[in-house]
Amino acid sequence: MTTLIQYLQYLVNGITLGSIYALIALGYTMVYGILKFINFAHGDILMVGAYTGLLTYTALLGESTNPVWMLTAFFIAMLVSMAFCAALGMFIERVAYKPLRNASRLAPLLSAIGVSFILSNGAAWIFGAQSRRFPYPFDNTPIVIAGLSITPHQILTVTVSVIMMVVLTLFVNKSRMGKAMRATSIDQATSELMGIDVNKIISMTFAIGSALAAVGGILSSFDFRVYASMGTMTGLKAFVAAVIGGIGNIQGAMLGGLILGVLESIGAPLLGIPSALRDTIAFAALIIILLVKPDGILGKNEREKV
Amino acid sequence: MLNFFQLIIIYAGIYALMAIGQNCITGNTGMLSLCHAGFFCIGSYSTAIICKVVGLPFWFSLPVAAIVSGFVGFLIGVPTLRLKGDYLCIATLGLGEIIKNIATNVNPVGMMAVPRAELFGYQFSSRNKFTFILLVWFFVLIAYLLFRQLAHSRLGRAMTAVREDEVAAQANGINVTKYKIGAFILGAAVGGTAGCFATAYTLTVQPGSYTFMVSVMVLCMVVLGGMGNLAGVILGAFIIEFISYFPQLVGLSSVIPAQASQIIYGLVLVIMMICRPQGILGRDRYRYGDGRKTRRSAAVKKEA
Repeated sequence: MTTLIQYLQYLVNGITLGSIYALIALGYTMVYGILKFINFAHGDILMVGAYTGLLTYTALLGESTNPVWMLTAFFIAMLVSMAFCAALGMFIERVAYKPLRNASRLAPLLSAIGVSFILSNGAAWIFGAQSRRFPYPFDNTPIVIAGLSITPHQILTVTVSVIMMVVLTLFVNKSRMGKAMRATSIDQATSELMGIDVNKIISMTFAIGSALAAVGGILSSFDFRVYASMGTMTGLKAFVAAVIGGIGNIQGAMLGGLILGVLESIGAPLLGIPSALRDTIAFAALIIILLVKPDGILGKNEREKV
Repeated sequence: MLNFFQLIIIYAGIYALMAIGQNCITGNTGMLSLCHAGFFCIGSYSTAIICKVVGLPFWFSLPVAAIVSGFVGFLIGVPTLRLKGDYLCIATLGLGEIIKNIATNVNPVGMMAVPRAELFGYQFSSRNKFTFILLVWFFVLIAYLLFRQLAHSRLGRAMTAVREDEVAAQANGINVTKYKIGAFILGAAVGGTAGCFATAYTLTVQPGSYTFMVSVMVLCMVVLGGMGNLAGVILGAFIIEFISYFPQLVGLSSVIPAQASQIIYGLVLVIMMICRPQGILGRDRYRYGDGRKTRRSAAVKKEA
């Protein structure tokens, strides 16, 4: 019985982690769907989002300990951070990727790596090397239900992620802009002929992906603290999640994120290996998926590629 | 100052070896691999284990490091080289991380005080940098000559054919898989020898240092210098190492923060890609995978 509860606990933790991965994976998958390139700087946008959120939150909060204002300030900080990262994502696309749109496929990839270096080292320069804690905007005492402890921040993480994903799905499937995005991902040249402003769509994709990364960054900083290179590993794993689900596929990224989070959380105790090897599990899962079904779990069969 | 120049030359030599290996994989055969840090790690550990634990001389560890790395390259290559382009890049990236993770977990503290390399009773110590420069660059020269010969041989032409067009190569009777795996093993083996020299120089092995960034740096050297051009690749290694040590070199390391060189390095990459994507010494536009636009969009259309 205790083991069962223990595993349920791992599952809860895994879902929390997985929903963060899913949010970040969405940015990778949307960009890949349209431009067919891996945006290596995405992980660092997450870091910028976390820092912006943290700074805005502490500035807004000041000395206040009013619980309502704490939560309001948190959500305002999240919105500010989303807006900032969206602008940053669009700017990076404009400066570093747009001139390379017709170059060989390696060029934008390396340019993205360059941007990633600039962002993470710039942050290390400005904010210093030590990591900071993102204070909980509420009392984070775990709620214990039948031996299962769930913290309010886990509830917040999952709720915010689900809301974001529902909004995104609605946007992509129902709105005019979403339709244009889907069209661009299927065939850029033809959508251009149909009067879609492809440049605008690409900018938009980067903006949305970066805003989601900002949310992911803030939510992940409760567990992992805020530091300049925080985006590298989380970003890589979110990318793994995108591939597992089927890169270029929005539902796939969500599913892949959850699967990866749960795998990471349950994998180590299940296989009886030290939890420090959890990264290895993530990458091993990636390689197995690539060998068995390179298009990912939901790849290719779905027509909705964005 | 002179001391520092010598240090840069030594590291440039070690990285030039890695870049030559990466060039064999990416430049000659057109496979985008991102796990050279893994091979570097295996090479370093092989040397450390053979010199320190087994107690054999450095010269014995050199071929062993190459063979072990080559073998790991073979193990990695057989399943992953079926993948193409971005997928290969991701899979190798994952494997590089796995190698680092395993090393960090099996041997978290690393290894210290590895015995020095010795030649006819002369010890190559890090204090006397000049002889070490000779040692490293002697092997860079050997690798340069070998790989230059390789590029002009039947083998090298087959590899180029695989890079330019796999289907056409296959139609001409080239066993694509065989050449891909061959190039991968060679590249991995050279990467392993680079690790061997790194251990011989620093006399320590630190599992945390073989990060993804090392692989990226090596790839950048190849791209910066010019893919497929060996002299360019070595030049690329020099430039990257020079940028990394620039603040210390001009004696402003207290004024310029440590991150500045990395930021410059990122800027160089972006500007380079925009202004001269074929690299400094690259002559014609390189093509990676099926980079030709027309064929790609035709293929995409067929799928849709």
